[in-house]
This record gives sequence, structure tokens and C-alpha cells, in this order.
Amino acid sequence: MLKLKEIHTFYGNIQALKGVSLEIEQGEIITLIGSNGAGKTTTLMSVCGLTPPRSGEILFKGQPIHTLSADKIVALGISQIPEGRRIFPEFTVKENLEMGAYLRNDKLEIRKDLEYMFNLFPILKERQSQRGGSLSGGEQQMLAISRALMARPELLLLDEPSLGLAPIIVRQIFDIIKKINQEQKTTIFLVEQNANLALKVAHRGYVMENGQITLVDSASNLLNDESVKKIYLGA
Amino acid sequence: MDYFLELFLGGLTRGSIYALIALGYTMVYGVLGLINFAHGEVYMIGAFVGLIVSGFLTVLGWPILAIVVIATMMAMLFAGAYGFTIEKVAYQPLRHAPRLSPLISAIGMSIFLQNYVLLAQSSDFQAFPQLVPEFEFLEPYSHIILSTELVIILAAVVTLIALFLLIKFTKIGKAMRAISQDRQMAMLLGVNVDNVISATFIIGSALAGLGGILVASHVGQINFYIGFIAGIKAFTAAVLGGIGSIPGAALGGLILGWTESFATGYVSSDYEDVFAFGLLVFILVFRPAGILGKVSSEKV
Repeated sequence: MLKLKEIHTFYGNIQALKGVSLEIEQGEIITLIGSNGAGKTTTLMSVCGLTPPRSGEILFKGQPIHTLSADKIVALGISQIPEGRRIFPEFTVKENLEMGAYLRNDKLEIRKDLEYMFNLFPILKERQSQRGGSLSGGEQQMLAISRALMARPELLLLDEPSLGLAPIIVRQIFDIIKKINQEQKTTIFLVEQNANLALKVAHRGYVMENGQITLVDSASNLLNDESVKKIYLGA
Repeated sequence: MDYFLELFLGGLTRGSIYALIALGYTMVYGVLGLINFAHGEVYMIGAFVGLIVSGFLTVLGWPILAIVVIATMMAMLFAGAYGFTIEKVAYQPLRHAPRLSPLISAIGMSIFLQNYVLLAQSSDFQAFPQLVPEFEFLEPYSHIILSTELVIILAAVVTLIALFLLIKFTKIGKAMRAISQDRQMAMLLGVNVDNVISATFIIGSALAGLGGILVASHVGQINFYIGFIAGIKAFTAAVLGGIGSIPGAALGGLILGWTESFATGYVSSDYEDVFAFGLLVFILVFRPAGILGKVSSEKV
């Protein structure tokens, strides 16, 4: 479904990605793990068109997208939940969700999806007319996930959904991620520092170091890999 | 009492004009975080387009109502086109440059446009026809308010309401508000930021063009320099009310208009600017973000 071929991405003169290649099949959850500054977020931003690669190719369903602008890429069915959640603080919860459906015009279906999100996260229904900036971190993460789903993406990019959240909320969020993958058949590309958790929900995993992919395997194999255990699982 | 009323309505008229122009500053600041210093020049160009079109149609012998409507529409259209072009030429290439660069580019644009009109139209003041006819029902009150003033106030009110509805309820309005909060996130949700920014410049500039033709018809003369002074005043109004806030622009405009009007009427016209800018300093000391400006707190 998504294919990255040897992409090189730069911030000014600093090279963040040095020939990254990876592939996601339809319906999969894959995870990209690695330490701070390895280039995980840059990989997602390159897919979304916010930091387009200087060389290499990105194909979505066979179509090259690395030359498209961010809004065109969203229109093709790729949504991102960026690091730090990036809720619009001045908008109400409901306005944030509506913003997620910005490119859609089917009002009836949008209303249906809104109900679906409120079922998924009942707390959002309670707080629908509250300002986004007033929500707690966990609630904001739920809102960020729902907002991305409002676009009805085929591919969902998630950047560090566990960051700064209490363990019980993190578990809830990961359950939902699994549920979205199973019920909506949404393909998921998950970037995480919490490797243990990420490898438990994912089908396959990529390990990244210094802007390069160093390891690819099934999630269960990576969980048992000695070097992964030592560096990322803290065992 | 009549004197007070006259000053009050005079201030309301001035304030409405400041508000109309301040909207452009505040909208652009909202989406781009940039002060468009060429905005006053767009207002001046609107006035000149009004002069040229109304002069042309008068020579052709068109009825006054048609002249007013067409001249106003052309002024807004041209102003909008100028705003669009200014953004494309002077700001868009600098979107990712350090913040100081577009500011310098804005000042350059302002000076360029002034001189361009100076060369084309000379530096002399040119008489501007009174476009608004005297309303009969206002005759008994003509010592308090003129027809043109009434039209200016009404135009400002209608524009403000329309703009408020646009920002609050339409898709493009929502996109503008989203961009002002988090531009990257808006892009990640599919907002075409370039288009929204263009729309913002077109709308804000068209309002400045409307302001230009209204004031010109009220004052009766224009030259290439009127945009600079009006621009500074409207910018002051925008900052006073809280830049980035649309109700703030309206409120700032009115407060500034009344301050000037009463200072002129009760003290001396020499002190008009002293009071206006004194008030700005005074308010900013107590509310650094302006009257309605937000110092927002966010959870992280």
C-alpha cells in the first residue's frame, strides 16, 4: 500500500534520513521504533509532504506522492496524528472533529462518523463544546485520533501516541488502535519510543538508527531479538 | 448636547473607517503572523480607482446611483487584486524566511506603491466627487451628521457582520481560524494553506478599497500619501483592540475614532494624535495583547 524507496530527507544542510526504504501492506499495523533523533518523525513528515524527500520515491497504492503538496496527500487517504497531538486549542472538541472532515462534503456521513467517535470515546461527547486546549493529555490524544479518523483515511500515521500519558490511558489508546485496524480495516503506521508496547500491537516492525533502517522483522521476532531487547526493551 | 452628538457621530464615522482598514491588518496577522505594511497603500489605490471610474462614468453621463455602485465595486475589485498580487510577489516567496524578511519586504512594497501612484498621479491633491447624494430625511440633522457619514457607518456595520459570519460559519473561515492556531496541523488535515492565505488578502484588501472610496468621498480630496496615515491609524486600532481579533479591530477602531473626535472637539485638533497614541500606550501598559487580544494558555 505504502512504499518508501531509498528516501533522503534534509533539514537545510542536515541530513535526517539516509536512504530509508520500507513497505506497508494493506490492513497491516507496522511500527517504526528507535531512539530520540533517529529520524522516525521525519519519516512520517516525509510521507505527509511536510518535509518532502530530496531524493528517493514514495508510492501510495502505486502512485508517486513525494512530489505532491500536503493537502493533496491527505485527499488521497493518508492522515497523520502528529507528535504532541496538535489539538486546535481555541476550537471546541466538536469543531476539532469537524476540522478532521475538512475535505469531505457528505454532511450526513460526517454526522454519522461524529456519532461513531462519540461511541468510541464517550468522554469526547461529554466535552464536545469545551475548548480543545482545556482537555487533559489523554483526552487530547483521543480527540487527535478521532479527528484523524474523521477524514476516513485508508492509512493512519501515528506519531508517539503514548508520549506523556498515564499507563492506564496508554493501554486504552492502544486497544483502540487495534480496534480501528480490525473494524475499519485501516492500515496503521505506528512510530513509538515505547518499543515493548508497540511491538505487541504491530504485525511487523522496523528498527531505525541515525536515519537508517537497521532491522526488519515480524513483531514477535523483534520482541525476542537479543539486540532489540538490550537497546529498546531495557531487558 | 448637539455638539456632543456631532462629535460622537464624527468619531463613530472615523472609527468605522479605522475598523474597516484594521480588519485587513488583523486578518492577515491572524493567518500569517505578519503585519502587512502595504495595506494602507491598497486603501489609497482603492480611492484612486474610485476617482478614475467615477470620473469616467460621469463623463459618459451615467446616473449617480450606477456610478456609486460600479465605482465602489471596481475599487473593491482592484484593491482585492492588488492585495492578492502583493502577497504573491512580496510575501509568499518569504514564507519560510526569518520573520524580519517579510516585514522589510512589506515596507518596501508600501514605499513602492506610494511612489508608483506618485509618478502616475503627481503629488497634488485631487478633488474627489461627493458620491453619496444628500438624503432629504437627514436635512434637519445636517449640523450633526452628513449623508456620507451615515453611509460609512452603515457600510462598516454590514461588513463587520458579514465578515463575522464568514469567519464563524463557512469552511474558509474555519480554515483561517485553524491556520492561525496551527498552520502545519491545518495542512495535515487537508487545508490548502496558500489558497486560504490568498483569500484572506483578497477579502482584507477589498475592505480597504471600500474604506478608501468612502473616505475619499467624505473628505473630498486624495493624493498618494493618504494610505500611509490611514494605515498607521488603522494599525493602531488593530493593536489597541488586540491584533488577530476581528471584534478587537472593530472595537479598537471605534475607541480610536472617538478619542480623536472628542480630543479635537474639546481640546484642540493639534492634540488629536497625542490623545490617540497616548491612549494606545496607556492601554498596552495594562493589557499588552490589546483589549480583546488573547494571552492564551495551552495544555501540553
